[in-house]
Amino acid sequence: MRSAGRNGWWIAFLLAPAVIVMGVFVAWPMLGALRYAFYDFHGLKEAGFVGLANFADVLGKQPFSEWTYAALWHNVIVFVSLMVLQNGLAFLIAFALLKSLPGHRVHQVIVFLPVVLSAVIVGFLWKLFLHPLFGLVNQTLALVGVQGPPWLGQPETALGSLIFVNLWHFLGFAALVFLAGMQRIPLEILEAARLDGASEGVLMRRIIWPLVAPSTTILFTLTFIGSFNWFELPYVMAGLSGAPGGATDVLGLYFYRTAFGSVSSGLQDFGHGSALAVLMFIVVVSVCGVGLRLLRRREVEL
Amino acid sequence: MITGRLGCLMAASCLGLLAGIGAAQAGELTFWTWRQEDRAGYTEVFNDFTKANPDIHVKFEAFPAENYNTIASTALAGGKGGDVLQARAYGGLEQFAKSGYYLKLDAKIVPELANFPAEALAAESLRADGGVYAVPYASQTLGIFINKDIFAKAGIAEPATWAEFLAACKTLKEKGITPIANGTATAWMDEVFTGIFTNPFLGPQFFADIQSGKATFSDPRYVSALGHLLELRDYFPQGYTGVDYATGQQLFVTGRAAMFVGGSFEISNFRKQNPKLAMGFIAPPAPVAGAPRYVAKFFDGGYAVNAKSPNQADAIKLVRFMGTPEFGNKFSKLLGNVSPIKGVAVEDPLLADVAKLNQVTLPYIMAVYFRFNTPTGSELLQAGVQKMLGGTVTPEQVGADVTQGIATYYVPFQKK
Repeated sequence: MRSAGRNGWWIAFLLAPAVIVMGVFVAWPMLGALRYAFYDFHGLKEAGFVGLANFADVLGKQPFSEWTYAALWHNVIVFVSLMVLQNGLAFLIAFALLKSLPGHRVHQVIVFLPVVLSAVIVGFLWKLFLHPLFGLVNQTLALVGVQGPPWLGQPETALGSLIFVNLWHFLGFAALVFLAGMQRIPLEILEAARLDGASEGVLMRRIIWPLVAPSTTILFTLTFIGSFNWFELPYVMAGLSGAPGGATDVLGLYFYRTAFGSVSSGLQDFGHGSALAVLMFIVVVSVCGVGLRLLRRREVEL
Repeated sequence: MITGRLGCLMAASCLGLLAGIGAAQAGELTFWTWRQEDRAGYTEVFNDFTKANPDIHVKFEAFPAENYNTIASTALAGGKGGDVLQARAYGGLEQFAKSGYYLKLDAKIVPELANFPAEALAAESLRADGGVYAVPYASQTLGIFINKDIFAKAGIAEPATWAEFLAACKTLKEKGITPIANGTATAWMDEVFTGIFTNPFLGPQFFADIQSGKATFSDPRYVSALGHLLELRDYFPQGYTGVDYATGQQLFVTGRAAMFVGGSFEISNFRKQNPKLAMGFIAPPAPVAGAPRYVAKFFDGGYAVNAKSPNQADAIKLVRFMGTPEFGNKFSKLLGNVSPIKGVAVEDPLLADVAKLNQVTLPYIMAVYFRFNTPTGSELLQAGVQKMLGGTVTPEQVGADVTQGIATYYVPFQKK
């Protein structure tokens, strides 16, 4: 009994620093933001409890609601595109790497390389590459006689360009997660399938895809959180306003702009900003919770 | 990410706490600003102040411009922060003043307020009580920068009317020079652009009608003024919808474009980047020959006293000094801005031109009247004009969207 009590104290003592740091810098601010969402602000000071009014504004009052739904829709587009294109491509690359063809180590490194760069560096780099006047992309196109469009300047291509850059940045990470999943599949299973005459296509669809289900679950969760908290890349490449004209506006930008204001246009509005942050939190937690449950069901133990 | 932002806020408040502790020494004032680039200028001005007040030293502390509001408001909410703070104007000032963070100034506390024109003081006043909360420091004028060498080489005179302006652009383009350096990718520059070119078309009556509620932004005068902006699209850089503010500046400074549409706040930066550039600063073209060429004007901000400063008496001495013509002279000389203080002599020829243009002005409409509530007129107009110049919406739609957004809080528009 005594030693258990002493252990308990030791555990508490060792946990305390982490718990205090988490409490002060994570839990407390989150609770604070939750509280702000229910208050009106006069200038920068709390000016009374307003219940759900801030939520009603961002969800039902023009023009705020229009901005909220437009931003949310862009987040959905980003998530679906990344799920299909980024993670789909990553699966194929991982499958190719799994075959250990000559040079696969070098390829593995090349594919993973962009992941180590920060989103800010990637954003600035690609903003320069996509520049209509000096950009690498349009200058290369000019060599073959094609006049490239201002990729980030027109609504038809702006969001797509940002998604492409995100794909370029994180493809390697997704490929690595799939590769790790594939390498866990016992070789006997793959060999048995091959002996039974399964083609590569069948092998990929019927054996590997179901068996990398845990990797898919991880990538679904990370991609969802990443897409709905998307901020750095659009902030660097499109600016706080989601240029052009809100074509790249996502919840992260809209929340930041509302809560903290932008220097040459907006005001700080912590009440509405916090309401948006709380909504983002609810979307991410609920979808991830349900998604995890559903995806876990298709995972099989080997 | 949510937690990340709030983490920043926490860190900012800790920073404020530390700075606050540093400021508590007697005889030492801290001055908070978002303009790191002005350090040398302010240091010299503060030395002058210390010469006159030997027992007071001023410490210059700069914070990143995009986080300044957050850092300053967090510190002030905790009773800390600089003793004297650089403050924004209009709605940006009101957020701080309404929260009680700035000391209310009057002629008894700061007799130097008499040195300022009424419109400058209005920019630093709280509308609710009419009180002045900061000593104004600069007016900004929006106009057109021209590269005099390019104009001379192309044999073009400074355009005075809209027709002449378009003709000048056409000639420049035919000679292979980009006439206008600006693109539309940076949202706030679209508002600057609109403010500059629409004012001469609008005239003072439109401004009066907006304030009285007789007109909204759907008014044919405003819509047709916006429509004129579309005529300029042929003269922007190639791919202008993807050309941002920094690129526009570079195109002009390096002589790759003949004009840059912007504010007098660019002057010192342009000079630093290319001292040989022969710049001129002209008013926007008039609709017809002889009509007034109104430049858009606004006040940038002021110097406020922290309402909870432990060194308030010294802080007041400092802002009083910052309201004197002696300070104004130094300010425009060292920091390259137009001081609103009466009796300041402008030596710099380009700044003198700006001061001359300031005799025929109209307000920079959204900043002066519609940046007090959200959605601000600025954010509505910026997004609208960006879309309009990109070709996805019409001037009528921009006018209607701006009006609808402002009507959420501006009573005169609600009846429309």
